[in-house]
Parts: sequence; structure tokens; C-alpha cells
Amino acid sequence: MASTRDIRRRIKSVRSTAQITKAMQMVAASKMRKAQQAALNGRPFMQLLYALQRKATTAAVDFTDPLLEARPVRKTAVILVGGDKGLCGALNSNLFRVAAQFDPATTLFITAGRRAAQYIARTKRQLHAEFAYGDSPRYAEAKAMAACARDLFLNREVDAVKVVATRFVNTLTQEPVSLDYLPVAEVKGMKLPENITEEKLASDYLEFIFEPSAEAFLGYLLSLYLNVFVYQVLLNAKASEQSARMVAMKNATDNANSLIEDLTLHYNKLRQGKITTELSEIVGGQQANE
Amino acid sequence: MAQTLQLRIVTPDQIAYSEQVEMVTLPGIEGQMGIYPMHVPLMTQMVPGEIGVRKDGRDYFLAVGEGLIEITGNEVAILTDMAIAAEHIDEAKVEEARQRAQARLQEKLSDEEVASINSSLARSLAQLHVKRRTHH
Repeated sequence: MASTRDIRRRIKSVRSTAQITKAMQMVAASKMRKAQQAALNGRPFMQLLYALQRKATTAAVDFTDPLLEARPVRKTAVILVGGDKGLCGALNSNLFRVAAQFDPATTLFITAGRRAAQYIARTKRQLHAEFAYGDSPRYAEAKAMAACARDLFLNREVDAVKVVATRFVNTLTQEPVSLDYLPVAEVKGMKLPENITEEKLASDYLEFIFEPSAEAFLGYLLSLYLNVFVYQVLLNAKASEQSARMVAMKNATDNANSLIEDLTLHYNKLRQGKITTELSEIVGGQQANE
Repeated sequence: MAQTLQLRIVTPDQIAYSEQVEMVTLPGIEGQMGIYPMHVPLMTQMVPGEIGVRKDGRDYFLAVGEGLIEITGNEVAILTDMAIAAEHIDEAKVEEARQRAQARLQEKLSDEEVASINSSLARSLAQLHVKRRTHH
């Protein structure tokens, strides 16, 4: 049986753990707010992008681009966007379960985040490139990843590109998703991973002049779309990671606190018992003397 | 009353600029253009350079990256990956970035790397251009 001293020591250790998890929870909460704000700040850009796309496609009906071309899929590339660190509950393992569904023989991986790279290395899958992204993902980071995937597709090394990442639903729910990235089957089918309400697009139809041409304009718009797609995915993944970590750390803190309560109760009982025994010994001794 | 244009410059992480202005000059892919209110509807690409804005009789300048421009009679909307107002440009830092890019161009590089360095060089130059102009 544990002595009171052992229990005291344990309470102390659990308390310091609770302190650490509490601090991590606070840090994750503040980072999560920042990440969510960043995702909101990206909205106007996407809305405008959608509006332009809508107007431009009405002008250039038969627009073609190598990026739109669907071919029989022999090899696939997967952009796997994972977290940088652990301690965020089941987030990463849920994500990797989706990634594991791709056939290792015909799939190339492009990873973002240290955990994703480690997973690919551990399961001995083919790694094409490894990217890092910071706590607040920057557009330039997304651009580099998009360019990498686009080159693979255009050089015909792969016939399709998918994005496997975590979608941020709300603070408590994040779901791993697999999204189609390339080929973009149809210009009109451009769909960003964020739900945007399409407001008043059809109402103000104007006859536009394009310089140099509607096709060139759409071509550029397409590349912009592909960059922003990855950017949005990164923002989503970051917000998910931080909120998952916040929730995991909150649970850890709560558990630690209830453990402290239990241990304290146990400790007090033990102490009480000891005092009672001591008292009855003294009383017993006194009675024997009389 | 003089007519005005609603100018919006949007980057992936924020709305960089949104004001009523009297006139705006843009670095279009086919050359610099000046846009006044009642311009014919136009869509075009933008190259890295400077945007000049006239508002209340004063001129303001912004450095911008590549992007798309949509012009209607009373609105100019710009999608770009970079937009920095002249007063926010850190000249020393940009100059350093420019020199770094130029130094890297001397090395042996693949076409892709050259393209990416050229584009960052173009952005640095655009910023420097805007900054130095506001000094004089």
C-alpha cells in the first residue's frame, strides 16, 4: 500500500502536468482564433475569384487548357496536409487512415507538415516532395505546393492529383477529406473547399472586353484558383490542428484535475486513519497505566 | 460633382484597399493604363508594378504583384497576390531581397527556378520603384 508520502508526491506530479496542459490549451486557443480569422480574411478573394470566373466563362465558352484534361488514371499524386506536432487527439491518425486507402504502388505523395512526412516515411510510401508551413500559412507556401503538383500533372508523371487534408467544421469537429484537385474537369466546376454563397452573380451581366483574350485571362484565373485552393486547404488544416489540440488539452487538464481530487481524497482518508490509530493507541496506553 | 470609382484590391489574406477614388493607373499586361469613371467594361491581367490612385486631388501609390483586373463603369476590382502601400514598404529589406534574387540568377539554375526568381525580383523592383518615387 502506498504511503502518504508517495501519494503526496503523485499529487504534485499530476498537478504540474495539469499546469502544462492548461498552458498548451491556452496557446492552442489563441492560435486557433488566429487561424480562423485568417480563413475568414480569405473570403473576399474567393468571392471575387468566383465572380470573375463566372463572367469570363460566359465569354469564352470553348476554353481548353492542359489542366482541364481528364485522362485515364494510372498514377495519382496525393497532397497530404498534416500537422506539425502531435498532442492533438486523433486528428492525424484519422487523416492517415484516409491516406492509407490510396494504393502505395501507384501513388506519389506530396506532404505538408512534419507529421505527414513522417507517416509517409514510416509506411515506406513514395514521397515526391516535402513542404513545411508555418503557424499562419502564407500564400507563398501554398503557391510552391501548387506549382509542384501542377508540374507533376503537366509532365504526365501523374494523371490525377488529390488533396487529403482535414476540413474544419467547427471547434469540436474536424473531418478528414479527400478532394479532387487536378484535372479541373470543367472551368465552371471550379469548387473551392470553402462554402461560398453565390450572391448576385447573374444579375449584372455586362459585355466585357478581354485583354489580351478571354482564354489568356481564364488561363491565369485557373492558376490563381489552384494556388488559392491549396492556400485554403492549409488554412483549414491549421485551424483544425489548433482546435483539435485545444480540445485534447482541455480533456487532459480535466482528467488531471479529477485525478488530483481522487488522490487528495485518498490521501486525507489515509491521514485520518493514521491519526485515529495513533489516538486510540495513546488512549489505550493511558488506560493500561491506570 | 465629379464621378468616382470604387477601387478594391483584394489579396488572398485580406482586402488591401477599398476606397472611392477619382482615377487609377494600373500596370496592365499590355501596358500601363489610366482608368477614369465610366470606363468600358474590361477584364485583363496585371503584371507586377505600381498602382497610382488619385483621391481627393492627391496621388497615392501601391506596389502590386501579378493579378487580374476587372473594370466596370464605376468599379475597379483587382485580385493579386501582393499589394503594399508605399508607406509600408521597408526599402532596406526589399533592396536586400532584390540583391539576393539577382545574385541567385548568376548561378546555374533550372528554368523553373529562374522563373520563380524572376517573379520575386519583379515584385521587389515594383516595391522599390514605388518607394523611391514617393521620396522625390
